[in-house]
Amino acid sequence: MKAVSAEEAVAMIPNGATVMVGGFMGVGAPERLLDELVRQRKSDLTLISNDATLPGKGIGKLIDARLVSRMIASHIGLNPKAQQQMLANQIAVDLIPQGTLAERIRAGGCGLGGVLTPTGIGTTVSEGKRQIEIDGKQFLLETALRAEFALVHAFLADYSGNLTYALTARNFNPIMAMAADTVIVSADNIVPIGVIAPDHVMTPAPLVDYLIANG
Amino acid sequence: MDAQIIIARRVARELRSGNLVNLGIGIPSLVSNYVPAGLKVFFQSENGLIGTGPIPEQGLSHPLLTDAGGKPISALPGASTFDSAMSFGLIRGGHVDVTVLGGLQVDAAGHLANWTIPGKMVPGMGGAMDLVTGAKRVIVAMQHAAKGKSKIVAKCTLPLTSARPVDLVVTDMAVIGFPGGKATLLEIAPETSVAEVMAVTEAELVIPDRVPTMTL
Repeated sequence: MKAVSAEEAVAMIPNGATVMVGGFMGVGAPERLLDELVRQRKSDLTLISNDATLPGKGIGKLIDARLVSRMIASHIGLNPKAQQQMLANQIAVDLIPQGTLAERIRAGGCGLGGVLTPTGIGTTVSEGKRQIEIDGKQFLLETALRAEFALVHAFLADYSGNLTYALTARNFNPIMAMAADTVIVSADNIVPIGVIAPDHVMTPAPLVDYLIANG
Repeated sequence: MDAQIIIARRVARELRSGNLVNLGIGIPSLVSNYVPAGLKVFFQSENGLIGTGPIPEQGLSHPLLTDAGGKPISALPGASTFDSAMSFGLIRGGHVDVTVLGGLQVDAAGHLANWTIPGKMVPGMGGAMDLVTGAKRVIVAMQHAAKGKSKIVAKCTLPLTSARPVDLVVTDMAVIGFPGGKATLLEIAPETSVAEVMAVTEAELVIPDRVPTMTL
């Protein structure tokens, strides 16, 4: 793990990159990194995230600045700007059931080719996908998702990069921290090693490539 | 009684002690206000919490503790938090006893459409498809009709949420179940008649000899 500034971390992300962003309706979103993406005007991004948040908040800031060309999410309905850009064909949106999105990311981080899920059978979600019968039950083959970068937000990070998350801000953060080539973390608090007991570490330090330094 | 309150009160009577329950947004979210006294149920919020409590008093909310709509909530003693893979493992894995969701259409076979109106409303399915596919019991809580048009239809014209039929539909006028795969009028709301329900129901309903009035 290397401590860097938000400016240095975001400078590593090229235009056109595929980026996973943690958070659920902006709760647990890496706001400082999102602000810096806007400031550096990183464009043509493919975003993988649960939702599009609201204008002015979380991922909504990237939508406001028109930096996103493709979105893979479970829900964009609470952000009218995301809907407008989708209907105007400015953003290509893949809508995925939330549990399937979580499992595809988890699979991507765990070396699996994909998962078999009953969710989506008999709906438009199953179009173009392989259907596999196991013990008389139908499942969809949903392939793994990975990204070049994961932007993750933790509640506590220790000096070595061990992470914990708080309350409902955990959501997609720990599974995304497994599923990207480069993992960049911002944290509410950076604390000495030992403050997070080994049993309480949710994301182990070796998964973290860069931690955004204070100040 | 207000239509939404009739629905929420009647759905609350379906909950049993020890149930793990997931409530959707809108009318379903009102159900937690009417849980019978002394009944201990666990409410899950799919953004990663079991043990959701009421909206905190002014000034006591925490920015990292919200419901699935991003609104502040509280957590009850014994609450637990987890990530999204675990949250949907609970949902898909059959650990959630009851899910209560809103609906746009439910058809005579019990199929639910509740996530999109193509060309008009494209919000995304969020957790709805996993909930309907995986929860042990699926209850739809919705108005019987919208703008005079029945939401209980012969066959869903909107894209389905799941191939799995729902177990129960509770509206402001009726309770409808699907024994043998056929929409059946199980109860009617107070101050409603079977004829009135049939008049605003597009789907063919099986009408038993005796249709009791809802207890609220």
